Amino acid sequence: MPTLISLKDGVYAAAENVFADVGDEEAIPAAGPVILSLARFQAEGDALLGAGRSVGVRIQPDEAVEDLAYDLPRLALVALVFPRYADGRAYTSARLLRQRLGFRGEVRAVGDVLRMQAGFMVRCGFDSFVPADGSTPEQWAHAAGRFRHVYQRGADARAPVFEERS
Amino acid sequence: MYRYDVIDREFLADRSAEFRENVTRRLAGEITEDQFKPLRLMNGLYLQLHAYMLRVAIPYGSLDSRQMRGLAAIARDYDKGYGHFTTRQNIQFNWVRLGQAPDILDALAAVDMHAIQTSGNCIRNVTADPYAGATAEEVDDPRVWSELIRQWSTLHPEFSYLPRKFKIAVTAAPKDRTAARVHDIGLVLRRGRDGGLGFEVIVGGGQGRTPYVGPTIAEHLPAGRLLSYLEAILRVYNRHGRRDNKFKARIKILVAALGAEEFKRQVDEEWSRIDGALADAPDTELARIRGAFTPLAFETLPARSEAFEAARAADPAFARFVRNNVKAHKKPGYAIVEISLKAPGQTPGDASAEQMEVVADLAERYGLDDIRVTHEQNLVLPHVKLDDLPTVFAALRTAGLGTPNIGLISDIIACPGLDYCALANARAIPIAQSIARRFEDQDRAELIGELKIKISGCINACGHHHVGNIGILGVDKKGEEFYQLSLGGSGQEDASIGKILGPGMNAEQVPDAIDALVDTYLAIRQGDERFLDTVRRVGFAPFKEAVYADAH
Ligand code: SF4
Repeated sequence: MPTLISLKDGVYAAAENVFADVGDEEAIPAAGPVILSLARFQAEGDALLGAGRSVGVRIQPDEAVEDLAYDLPRLALVALVFPRYADGRAYTSARLLRQRLGFRGEVRAVGDVLRMQAGFMVRCGFDSFVPADGSTPEQWAHAAGRFRHVYQRGADARAPVFEERS
Repeated sequence: MYRYDVIDREFLADRSAEFRENVTRRLAGEITEDQFKPLRLMNGLYLQLHAYMLRVAIPYGSLDSRQMRGLAAIARDYDKGYGHFTTRQNIQFNWVRLGQAPDILDALAAVDMHAIQTSGNCIRNVTADPYAGATAEEVDDPRVWSELIRQWSTLHPEFSYLPRKFKIAVTAAPKDRTAARVHDIGLVLRRGRDGGLGFEVIVGGGQGRTPYVGPTIAEHLPAGRLLSYLEAILRVYNRHGRRDNKFKARIKILVAALGAEEFKRQVDEEWSRIDGALADAPDTELARIRGAFTPLAFETLPARSEAFEAARAADPAFARFVRNNVKAHKKPGYAIVEISLKAPGQTPGDASAEQMEVVADLAERYGLDDIRVTHEQNLVLPHVKLDDLPTVFAALRTAGLGTPNIGLISDIIACPGLDYCALANARAIPIAQSIARRFEDQDRAELIGELKIKISGCINACGHHHVGNIGILGVDKKGEEFYQLSLGGSGQEDASIGKILGPGMNAEQVPDAIDALVDTYLAIRQGDERFLDTVRRVGFAPFKEAVYADAH
């Protein structure tokens, strides 16, 4: 079971993954929080939410987070998939979730998630990570926090240099 | 020069530490080459044919004497005593060892330099007009806007893993010295009818295997809205650019596939959703950046310098240098001096550590401590007093830097080619050298006038052959090196992509073919037509005949 690292109030800690990651061919477990693909969520999400289940949606890079706009208030989590670390579309998805669509739930990085990219992910609004490289929360925190300054505004709360300077 | 403050310096220190830590992990085998690669690339470190190559950023091609000396020291301490200035206004060191790379980054940071985003699929080091701040043609100083873009794009969290590399060029003069129209984004700053500054935004130009002159998607973007508009373009590209085939991943392919109008519509729609108050730089920051450029203490001088005129009359070599390498400055009594890195027999763009130091000394003593790199792989002292020109020329000449061939036939752009590059089909540097030697006669070169030859060792077009008035492309034909000539390209404000002239030829035939092209041009040109103008007027027929008749 890979570790799950969560970021809360600036602290990175190991967390328990309570969500069952349900593949499209798999049966949905009878109880407990689940993560579904976008297609499956669109077909079966309402019923689950109506039954009071906690639901997350897994978004592939070629899927638009805007398609979730009306559902976001009811979602516990959006998992954004990095099929390869070099596929940077999930960064845009995360920023849009946070800054344009106002999503306050958990935004989780899954797939080829590496410590080398931790800083970018945090700055785009991810707040939970399933590292593929076995990183510990300490290592993740170190990698994500190594720059004392940032040059531009992101989806996080950090003040860009031009605000630091003024 | 943009002067770093403590924040800029701390940022570089953090970057260096990150790189050192990860090189240590890599050398200890804690991370795989595959995991290390993105960081290595985003710090400009390539694995090449013989060794690692480190590409150092020279933001918008602008540096001071202290930085040039820093580069010279790196060339001496970590390379074979020279460096290679590139078509992106950067410098490359071709013989670097991985274990030493962190020390080099520290040495760079000590002079406020770095290698951030000189490779990788991110927003690359931005380029700008090398005459910025010196030419009377410009409506504003493009370095201010370039620095704004540099800061905004540095470790941009959303745009560091784009489908492919992304290059931005900025100019504020009608004469384009940046090849803006063949960049992922070209920005041309102009004054609007209302007097306000605005950018013409050109997107999706490019070279490589599918060359395009980019279409304009905004005629006059209010300058203050630049960053939000860039964000909109980059976001559309990041989401929709192709990632399944690296040869189709540049933004030009997306723009061409959608059509310029649809692409513009998508950008405008995205832009309308971005909150400018958050995305655009505040005016105060722009003013701060402007103020962080060292103010230049120009003297009030007469437009005419007696010392200069006397030297020009007495010394034909100096007069020739002035004719070709010295350009008009906005201040009376000053001149822009181009330093050719294309001496006959030299590798285009190469400079030795000693030469770099000579340039640094001259800049410090006679050039208001300002140095530029051009995308044509030459250097510039942008502010030299006419009175000092004879002294500067003498010093340059002694250092082997006095070649008076700027813009002439021997001022050739060439990529590293088979001598350094693993992707090459053919040599490029030796071809450049053989042409330069053929046209060593300066009188003839001046008679020919402006003629830009550009050479690439393969279809990736790093030598910009598509936009050469004469382009030369190395191809592989059954294991042999062959060269394909194209005519009619231009990377300037009248940008166009050259077209193939005819069948390829071997290396020995290239200088003869160029000779034939030149003779044809000289025979049929009208008035002060440039080579390019003649080709555009008469078409290929006479040129084709001359080259291929000779070849038989
Ligand atoms: S054009 Fe080809 S040979 Fe030349 S540097 Fe680029 S990739 Fe290498």
